[in-house]
Amino acid sequence: MSIPFYVAPEQQMKDRADYARKGIARGRSVVVLHYVDGILFVAENRSQALHKVSEIYDRIAFAAVGRYNEFENLRQAGIRYADIRGYTYDRTDVTGRGLANTYAQVLGTIFSSGGDKPYEVEIVVAELGAIPAEDQIYRLTYDGSVADEAYFAVMGGSADVIAEVVSRGFSPDLSLADAAKLAVRALGSDGGSNAAPRELGVEALEVAVLDRTRAMPRKFRRIKGDRLAALLADGPDQTGKNGAEERQPSGT
Amino acid sequence: MSDGRQVVELTSEFFRIGSSSFTDFASRVAPDILPSSRTAAAGVGDLSPHGTTIVAAAFPGGVVMAGDRRATMGNIIAQRDIEKVFAADEFSIIGIAGAAGLAVELVGLFQVELEHYEKIEGAPLSLVGKANRLATMIRLNLGLAMQGLVVVPLFAGWDEITQDGRIFSYDATGGRYEEHAYFSVGSGSVFARGSLKKLYRPDFNADEAAMAVIQALYDAADDDSATGGPDLQRKIFPVVWAATADGVQKLSDDQITEMIAELMVSRTERPDGPGAPLA
Repeated sequence: MSIPFYVAPEQQMKDRADYARKGIARGRSVVVLHYVDGILFVAENRSQALHKVSEIYDRIAFAAVGRYNEFENLRQAGIRYADIRGYTYDRTDVTGRGLANTYAQVLGTIFSSGGDKPYEVEIVVAELGAIPAEDQIYRLTYDGSVADEAYFAVMGGSADVIAEVVSRGFSPDLSLADAAKLAVRALGSDGGSNAAPRELGVEALEVAVLDRTRAMPRKFRRIKGDRLAALLADGPDQTGKNGAEERQPSGT
Repeated sequence: MSDGRQVVELTSEFFRIGSSSFTDFASRVAPDILPSSRTAAAGVGDLSPHGTTIVAAAFPGGVVMAGDRRATMGNIIAQRDIEKVFAADEFSIIGIAGAAGLAVELVGLFQVELEHYEKIEGAPLSLVGKANRLATMIRLNLGLAMQGLVVVPLFAGWDEITQDGRIFSYDATGGRYEEHAYFSVGSGSVFARGSLKKLYRPDFNADEAAMAVIQALYDAADDDSATGGPDLQRKIFPVVWAATADGVQKLSDDQITEMIAELMVSRTERPDGPGAPLA
């Protein structure tokens, strides 16, 4: 009978975390940020069919990076959780906090259980409040830890570099167009401040909003095709573009 | 299986692959929240108020549906401001007649069913797909229908594929029938249909179609005691929804009030409503 190698728990957790982090870092990033009328999601995603951003419930949306089949599983479970809760109790009883907690339990259990491999995912659960101050962005990592992000969250490969660009251009009263331009510019700057930013076209982006001004109870809306192109085109409001011009000299 | 605590935990059922149906999912994790899991004794239908007349009419560019506001229990008016016509999703409308409590519950379940499918799949069902899904749900209710809890829906919506407004009617066993031009269900439906037969024109615009269904409801209320007419004192008027290429929309209180005022003027002159030419 062979004696199994002893691996210290610290080492075991570290190995698992490294494994998950490597998987996540391979993928393109997602930016989630507040704008004046709600919460904006911008993902670099060349597929029109495999979404990284999705609707969960009336005022709750989901964004993820990492291994597609794993976060797709979590997404479907989240929709089922929300729908059955809303049907059993009331639509107002489905909260982003409840969903984030449930996801945290699932991810934490999978991460620390010896058998399964950890999920290589990072997700955001965002909830639109009645007023901007009540908006919530929860960011969950592969090990089940939850962070309550104040203004924006960035996930995926080069998240730090992208978050840096977002934080420099961010203010809570950005218009939808300005917030979208900022997010796209940030996603393109993933090469770091020494590299020229990449140009991301409409076909490489997945954009959605939780829109407080929408009359229907379901506030989630995708923006794609011509409407996305129009949103990102340089309109009369030039705040985002000015920001880009200011940034470039300092970056080079 | 189905107490609140279990529902909050994500069991393996939540991660099951391949099902986009809320009803299927709920029947596995919390079967007792579904009406189809219940049994009822004969005659239980008398315990529930009954919702009455629903009318729908198609026009080029869409479809309208209207319902009166009365629910009855025998000779008693159980509720005078009940709503029986709802948006099923952003492009379709459901009106439901019969046992009121169960009817409202089925509408809620149908709404979740459509929304759940749309979210899981990332695309909505086709209009015919929605109509078929509703047929299945009515079929599952057959056990309760046999005991007197009959619900009869009327479904209408904008069809993205054929680019027109379509109407589907059902029987209590889940039979689904596509109706052309107009249809009505519920206790006053015979009178409403007779009225629409004379009033309907295929070239209606949205406003004329809405007026036609309100006229039909007035005629139903005129001859059927279970259908409520416009309540001028309390300002309780029919609920009217329209579905067009832009989605569903409920006619505003102001719009309805104005239409009812117009209708009352013409009915004061001619109480039986607009006359149709003899030949």
